[in-house]
Amino acid sequence: MSFGAKHLLGIEHLNPSDISTLLDLADQYADRPTDIAHRNVLAGMTQINMFFENSTRTLASFELAGKRLGADVMNMAMQASSIKKGETLIDTALTLNAMHPDLLVVRHPHSGAVDLLSQKVNAAVLNAGDGKHEHPTQALLDALTIRRRKGRLHRLSVAICGDIAHSRVARSNIILMGKMENRVRLIGPPTLMPSQIGELGVEVFDSMEEGLKDVDVVMMLRLQRERMDGGFIPSEREYFHRYGLDATKLSHAKDDAIVMHPGPMNRGVEIDGTIADDINRSVIQTQVEMGVAVRMAAMDLLARNLRESRVETGVMV
Amino acid sequence: MTCTVFTNARIIDPVALTDQPGCLVFEDGQIVEVLEGTPDTTDAEVFDCKGKCLAPGIIDIGVKVSEPGERHKESFRSAGMAAVAGGVTTIVTRPDTLPAIDTPETLEFVASRANEDAAVHVLPMAALTKGRDGREMTEIGFLQDAGAAAFTDCDRVVTDTKVYSRALTYAKSLGALVIGHVQEPVLSNGAAVTSGKFASLRGLPSVSAMAERMGLDRDISLLEMTGAKYHVDQITTARALPALERAKRNGLDITAGIGVHHLTLNEFDVADYRTFFKLKPPLRSEDDRQAVIQAVADGLIDIICSMHTPQDEESKRLPYEEAASGAVGLETLLPAALRLYHSDQIDLPRLFRALSLNPARRLGLDAGRLLPGAPADLIVFDPDAPFVLNRTTLKSKSKNTPFDGARMQGKVISTWVAGRNVTDAIH
Repeated sequence: MSFGAKHLLGIEHLNPSDISTLLDLADQYADRPTDIAHRNVLAGMTQINMFFENSTRTLASFELAGKRLGADVMNMAMQASSIKKGETLIDTALTLNAMHPDLLVVRHPHSGAVDLLSQKVNAAVLNAGDGKHEHPTQALLDALTIRRRKGRLHRLSVAICGDIAHSRVARSNIILMGKMENRVRLIGPPTLMPSQIGELGVEVFDSMEEGLKDVDVVMMLRLQRERMDGGFIPSEREYFHRYGLDATKLSHAKDDAIVMHPGPMNRGVEIDGTIADDINRSVIQTQVEMGVAVRMAAMDLLARNLRESRVETGVMV
Repeated sequence: MTCTVFTNARIIDPVALTDQPGCLVFEDGQIVEVLEGTPDTTDAEVFDCKGKCLAPGIIDIGVKVSEPGERHKESFRSAGMAAVAGGVTTIVTRPDTLPAIDTPETLEFVASRANEDAAVHVLPMAALTKGRDGREMTEIGFLQDAGAAAFTDCDRVVTDTKVYSRALTYAKSLGALVIGHVQEPVLSNGAAVTSGKFASLRGLPSVSAMAERMGLDRDISLLEMTGAKYHVDQITTARALPALERAKRNGLDITAGIGVHHLTLNEFDVADYRTFFKLKPPLRSEDDRQAVIQAVADGLIDIICSMHTPQDEESKRLPYEEAASGAVGLETLLPAALRLYHSDQIDLPRLFRALSLNPARRLGLDAGRLLPGAPADLIVFDPDAPFVLNRTTLKSKSKNTPFDGARMQGKVISTWVAGRNVTDAIH
């Protein structure tokens, strides 16, 4: 079992075998999430969660994953502290580096900021979402959810629907699903579609009915409130009418198609409540559960690489 | 002063568009003659060019020297040394300093600092509107008397077309050159890269290349209204070229420039958020790059400049969206431009038409050509000499070049300003 990377900055840097390795390990954690034996995996290691942007779910998931593996976990809400005082990202990174963390989990509102930070620290860095760029652990947990439910992660038809332009979840999923040889369809209003996205090997639709035809997986994206007032789309109700997932639109997908959402959901905006709660179609709760398992696996693999590199360079742990 | 003879030179003549062996004689800071044979060298100081190129010195329009305000980024002394090292004999400076150069008093301060410290000619430009705020025009007449070479608000677009049309009309009455930056300001607001596959992959805020055409179309309409003498600082996209060509054909007094980075790099060079490649306007697609190279070769784009913009490490070591724009270019302008020569896209006379002759013509200078009576602002360079650029060796105080570690060709052997060899000034 091998995992090539030092950091987990994006799906772009992983190859298919890295992805399979990580998902295989995550599968084991998902089967026995609270096994007391896991507590030794990161024992003695320090994990710092640096969130420069609000988060409840992702932060909780990373925190729980670290604690289940026995790490000492510290959360830093960065909006509240140094950046208010004008400290640059790099100075913040150097300050933290001096505290010798082993794992740094970072979320930042600017694309590329986590890459930048990773160049300045000795810890293994996990990207918990950078701007509109990537959110790799979300794509991995989606992949794990699909693999467990569908029994495979290749030759599936996957539709990603909604605000693609502003979504790092969409980018990571487009790359991951492509690498694992699935067909990816993007559905959304053209104002929320990134330019020339078709060149990434995806099919683009502006109609849900056409785009959802015979797909195996329907991934809905959250539409952020600030995009709703006439800037990108005319109104919330028109958006729901044309792009909100309801039973009629879903009927165009395969009969056993599953419905996913990274959360938090806007019921009645991008997804009808009854679909979200339909236990035969919706895997939204499973996604949350797989999130912890995938993050445990990711930190486990990065910690192994970190230990190996320290043995090679003679640094004591 | 004795007469000086450059012998055994490969003479690059941007007027005749020739590239042939010959000699050049100058005396009292002025070119006396250019000839094919060997002149009488008795009593003359002889400089053997050893078969290397002799060309008129580069005239670089749009150089940012960070005086007043940010001398730690670039001073007249350091910019002058960089210019000498890069074969630039005249720098035409931008007024986007702190404060902006928008009064005759600041302009005189800058001119006197430049005279004391810089080894090359410095021609300062002044702001078109007070504080570059786009609300009231500056004292264009006084500033012109004080020596302003042209008027520009640099990368700020004057959005109020009433203010802009009045400033253009007033400038026209004085025969003053106005330099505009063509970007539709609302569409391009907040953009860090050009829209397209790369921007979508990296998740960066982007602007359509069309914003440049929209800005140009507006300014061309204003030129038809006012008849002003106008130069576009940078045309970087294929879609703006037909509009430029039409405006020229219709007899408007319009010329266009381009920064050398947009001729030699494209959007994918940004790669993993490398902020030294963040420019204004942002780097374009490869199709755009090829189109603008052709436009320079055809003479549709008149002028190549460095868009020299010093930035300190602090303002560049930030997430891409927050990082400052711009790159230093005085020293890399020639080797970068020579990439187009080595790729057989533009020959040397046409390259120096864009680097030296056209800027001189646009500013009404006698320099930029190898004709009797022209000032002896000259460079001798080896277009083939290879090197790997190490940014720490740059003479500029700021080292923000996108060419760090790049393999380049073309070294300046000596730089002559008004007949004086200033090459040693960089040591």
